This record gives sequence, C-alpha cells and structure tokens, in this order.
Amino acid sequence: MSAAPDPLVRWSIGAADAERLLAEAAKVRGESLWSDAWRRLRRNRVAWWCLLFLAAFTLTSVLAPLLPIPSPVQIELNALLLPPAPPWQEFGGRGFTTEAFWDLGAVDRGMLGLRQWIFGDWQTGHWLGTDAKGRDVLARVIWGSRTSILVALAAALCSLLIGVTYGATSGYLGGRADNLMMRIVDVLYSVPFIFVVIFLITIVNEYRRTLQDYYGINREVVFYVVIGAIYWLTMARVVRGQVLSLKNSEFIEAARVIGASTRRIIFLHLVPNVLSIVIVYLTLTIPAVMLFEAFLSFLGLGIEPPKVSWGLLAVDGVEAVSPLYVQWWLVFFPAAAMGGTLLALNFLGDGLRDALDPRLRGKD
Amino acid sequence: MSAPLLSVRDLHTRFRLRGGLFRRSASWLYAVNGVSFDLMRGETLGLVGESGCGKSTTARTIVGLCRAASGSARLGDVELTRLSRRRWLPVRRRIQMIFQDPYASLDPRQTVGSILAEPLRIHGLATRREVKLRAMALLDAVGLNPRHIYRYPHEFSGGQRQRIGIARALALEPELIICDEPVSALDVSIQAQILNLLKDLQTRFRLSYILISHDLSVVRHLCDRVAVMYLGKIVETAPRQTLFAEAAHPYTRALLSAVPIPDPTLEAKRRRIVLAGDVPSPAAPPPGCPFHPRCPERARVAGDRCALEAPLLAARAAGGAHACACHLSETTD
Repeated sequence: MSAAPDPLVRWSIGAADAERLLAEAAKVRGESLWSDAWRRLRRNRVAWWCLLFLAAFTLTSVLAPLLPIPSPVQIELNALLLPPAPPWQEFGGRGFTTEAFWDLGAVDRGMLGLRQWIFGDWQTGHWLGTDAKGRDVLARVIWGSRTSILVALAAALCSLLIGVTYGATSGYLGGRADNLMMRIVDVLYSVPFIFVVIFLITIVNEYRRTLQDYYGINREVVFYVVIGAIYWLTMARVVRGQVLSLKNSEFIEAARVIGASTRRIIFLHLVPNVLSIVIVYLTLTIPAVMLFEAFLSFLGLGIEPPKVSWGLLAVDGVEAVSPLYVQWWLVFFPAAAMGGTLLALNFLGDGLRDALDPRLRGKD
Repeated sequence: MSAPLLSVRDLHTRFRLRGGLFRRSASWLYAVNGVSFDLMRGETLGLVGESGCGKSTTARTIVGLCRAASGSARLGDVELTRLSRRRWLPVRRRIQMIFQDPYASLDPRQTVGSILAEPLRIHGLATRREVKLRAMALLDAVGLNPRHIYRYPHEFSGGQRQRIGIARALALEPELIICDEPVSALDVSIQAQILNLLKDLQTRFRLSYILISHDLSVVRHLCDRVAVMYLGKIVETAPRQTLFAEAAHPYTRALLSAVPIPDPTLEAKRRRIVLAGDVPSPAAPPPGCPFHPRCPERARVAGDRCALEAPLLAARAAGGAHACACHLSETTD
C-alpha cells in the first residue's frame, strides 16, 4: 500500500480522491445541535412566545427599580384596599419616595437613583389596586417576582450542575460507587427540610451580627442554599435511572472501544441523551421551587417583610379574604403572575425538548 | 511461519450471578471457559456457535469490554487482558470492533461527522481542519456519500448505519477488527453488500478480522479459518474448506446439517442431524465433554469417558490446521 504523501491521507486514500473530497468539503456546511435547536425552537410558535414572555418578565423583574411604578413598601393610609383602576382612569401622579425601602444592593440603589433622575417622583396610578396597607399591588407583584425568579434560578442551576453530574456519574460508574452515592442521596432525602430551614434560620438569627457582618450570610442566603440542596436530589435520581438504562447500549461500548474516557462518555454521550428528560423534569422543578418559596415565606421562614415575594403576597391575599368584601385583586394578580410564568415555563420546556431531539428534525 | 497477530491462550471470562441482596454466596456463569486460538496477519477467523456459547463475550474480553478471569490475549507483544485504562489507549488504535445492532451502536444525538471525528480527536490524529476531511474520506471508503457528515444516524437505513459503524472502526486505522455479528441484524439483500465491503476493505487496508456469526453461510463467504464454539469452549477449528468438507466434531456436523440448502430437491434428500435438548446452562456446565448430554454419537465411545473426561482440542494430523476436541476424533487418528 503506497500511502499518498498528503498528510490528510495517512491510509491509502488516493491523492485524486483527496482532491475530490476537499472540493466536497468546501460545499457542505453543517449545523450544530444547538443552532439547529434554536432554529427549530423559533419555528415552534407557542414555545417561542413563551420564551419571549419569560424574557420580558425576567427583564421587568431585573429592572424593577428603574420602572416608574410606586414603591412596593410605601404605605398610603388614604388609599387602603383600592380596587384596580385601569390606566385610562388614573394614569399616574406624584408621590414616589424611597423612604420605606429595605437595604438595597448597590446596583439596585443605582437604578433607583437613575429612576428618580428620569421620572422624578412621578409614579403610575394603582393600576392593579392596593392592599390592606395601601401598598401598590403592581409594584409588589413585580418586586416579588425577583425573589421567585432568583429561587427558581438557584434551584435550576443546582439541579443542572450538581444533579445531572452526580446522577450520571453514579449511574455510569455503577457498583459500589453507585451504591455509596445513592445512599448519600437517600440520607439527604430523608432529612426533613422544613426543620433544617427552621434550625438554620434560628442560628442565623442568633448570630446575626457575626454571620451577617463578617461572612455576609443572612436569611436569604440560607434560604437559597437549602433550596439548592434539596432540589438536585430528585434530578440526580432521575438522571441515574436514565443512565442505567443507557450505559449498556452499544454506542457507549463503541465509545469505550475507541478509547473515550469516562468523563467524555458521561458528558458527551450520556448527558446529551438524557437531556430531554432533564428539561422536562426541570420545567417541573421550577414551579415546585416557586411554590416551596411561597410556602416557606407563608410560614414566615423565607423572605422577611418588608421585602416582597410571591409567597408573601399570597399571605396578604389570604388575610384579605373576607366574606363581606371580596378583594379579589389581592389574590388574582399575584396568582396570575405565578400561573402565567409556570405555564410559559411548561410550554417552553416542551418546545425545548422537541427542538433538542434530532430525530424530530424536519418533522415540524 | 511468522508470529501470529493475535494469540489467545486459555481465556476465561465469568460473570457473577447475583443472589439476593444479602446473599454472599455467589455463583458464577462461565461464559468463556478456556478459549485458545491464533490469528495470523491478514487472516479472517470465523467464530461460530449458537447464541449463548460465548463468542461475543470472547470478543468483548479481547477488546477489554469484559475483564478476563484468567488466560491471556496477546496482540503482537502486548498482553491485552491486564492492560490498565491508560495503557489501553494506544492499543485501541490497533484493535477495533464493529457491533451487531446498527440501530443501537450509533449515538442518536451526534451527527455522523462527529461520530467519525471522535476517535480522531481522542487519539489526536487530526487537527481541527483535517477532522472534517478525514470523516468524509472514511464515509467515502465505506461507500457512503461524503456529504452526509452532517446527518444524524436516524436518517440512514440499517445497512448504511452499519457502514458508518465500519467507518468508525476504520478511523483509527487498526490492524485487527473484531466484527460481532456484523450482518445478523440486516436484511439478507444488504448482508451481501456489507460482507463484500468488509472483504474489499480487508484487501485495501490489509486488515485482519475476527468474524463472529451464527450464520455459517456468512462464515463460508468471508473466513479463511473457522473456530466452532460450544458452551464457552472451542470444539473444532479448521480451515474453511476442511471444515465444510470434513467436519470432525459431532456438534459441527449437526450445525452444518442445519444450514438450509437453496435447492428444494437436495434439501428434501439430505439427512439432518437434530440435536436433542437445549444448551446446558453455562452456570452449571456438564462434567466431561460439554457436549456429551446432547451428542448423537456418544454411543460410539467406550464406557463413560465422555461424561468423565473433557476432550482436549488436539490437531487431527500432526502439524495440521484441523483440530477437534472429541474423544472420537482422537481414536480415528
């Protein structure tokens, strides 16, 4: 076998063939899994609108201090329990102050300053009504979404990074390693997290000064850490189960025969193949986390007033429910915001799963 | 004669059979139970036997997918059975495998191009630019359109997928390819194409094959030498012509008599050897000759020798290539 001198053709692929292939190679252009998925996601109208909705919603919540909405914590005693007034009735007026705000971060303070510089003390009217203390519902829903989105992000990241890696590694290694890793998960599972939260928050309250001043640990940090610690567990189990069923398939053996490392097999072959289940599960996790946040805040373990979260809004709503007066806006708007977000997340998850499956390519 | 490319000696592979959760006493399944053979450079060795006889496990042990319990498999001067993971890596370039099921052996989330690029990347055989070209050249070599590198496996037919599997095995330019039932999942019309492709590639790239099959006509088409396995052991090995013309082991004869003849008149006339019973469980192989409970010619051996003494794989004529593990064959010699 005379090998051609061309470095590209170590074996006996003739030089003429090589030239022909070079010409061919210039003609074909491929698409990566991700760009292809993106293109197909855009074609899925429902998922695309849900993505836009979520993006807009996230942007609103991030930029909340910039918006000319009333302060979410400003108590107006002459405007208690006002029903919603649409913009065409009462567009807005003066009266914005930053007095009642909790300690905001530097970025938020900057944005508030910018808002005051742009809009002065002008603010929108109470478009979605006010609550029992005369605070604006719209402002509270928007500011409250910040907590919910942050919690959802924390849980999603933990699920994705820790849960998927842990589960895939455990499933692929099998044997004793798998046994040990899964028993750790079982132990963490069996811990009643409500008590852990109560315990940790008591500690944080007790040593508030040291912890907060020296380490910057406050209740919210504890809150996010605990939520992150819980929500990767189920993901790890789900992924492990999937990996167990995949790891003996021939394409994994083929990868081993060509010399792929364990890490390569896990992250390049196993994880992409369980991705559809991961995404579906993630879209189920995020609502659960948001509800968990609401639940903890409802119990008084999560976010502390005067800060707002959707959970606290639910508390306000429940308190306002009375058989004599129906203050529906206190319940309806926070619930609608949450419901809309969760619905959009579900549709988006569905669309993502389809878009990431190359077997469905060309069928939409 | 030159040294063999691959020489397997007394290879054993066993699997632990699980009892209950807390049961400590494990029983073993002896999948490969003392297999020995040599493979010359450029040769094709057929490994035949019915399902469950350990032919796939033999292959998987050689390429390191299963751990050998004992014995040796030497590729040139490298001992394969005791290689660490890191030491395996360079050896992977010399020995590759083609899998049975073309629908399961390709990662459904990867394009054909990245499937073919993976071995090149792992072994650092091509730069970024070259990878695409090498992948296209590989597709070309197995008779597929090189433009298809950006397609996904599900867009191909079974035969085309098997060609992709072959291309992946070729990517590392190996000396030896183990084909584990490469055509048994395919249509008969496609089988011939794949077998011819394997034959062409062998002459073009000077490959050696171990071809595992339960289909004797496939073996007849491609192999230079055939080894017949039964219950984890090789019972007979012979050059192709010899095996098909003058099989010595009763099991081989029974296998050969089961191959259908495409002529109905001949088919009606010939005598079939129908074996009684099933293959014994490899977890509890029978003592003596593993084939003795089903052997139709057992009566010809004096006494209980078959049940007591395991026959050795012995050359029928001195220095001959035809070896058989049967007490009968020893006496006829």
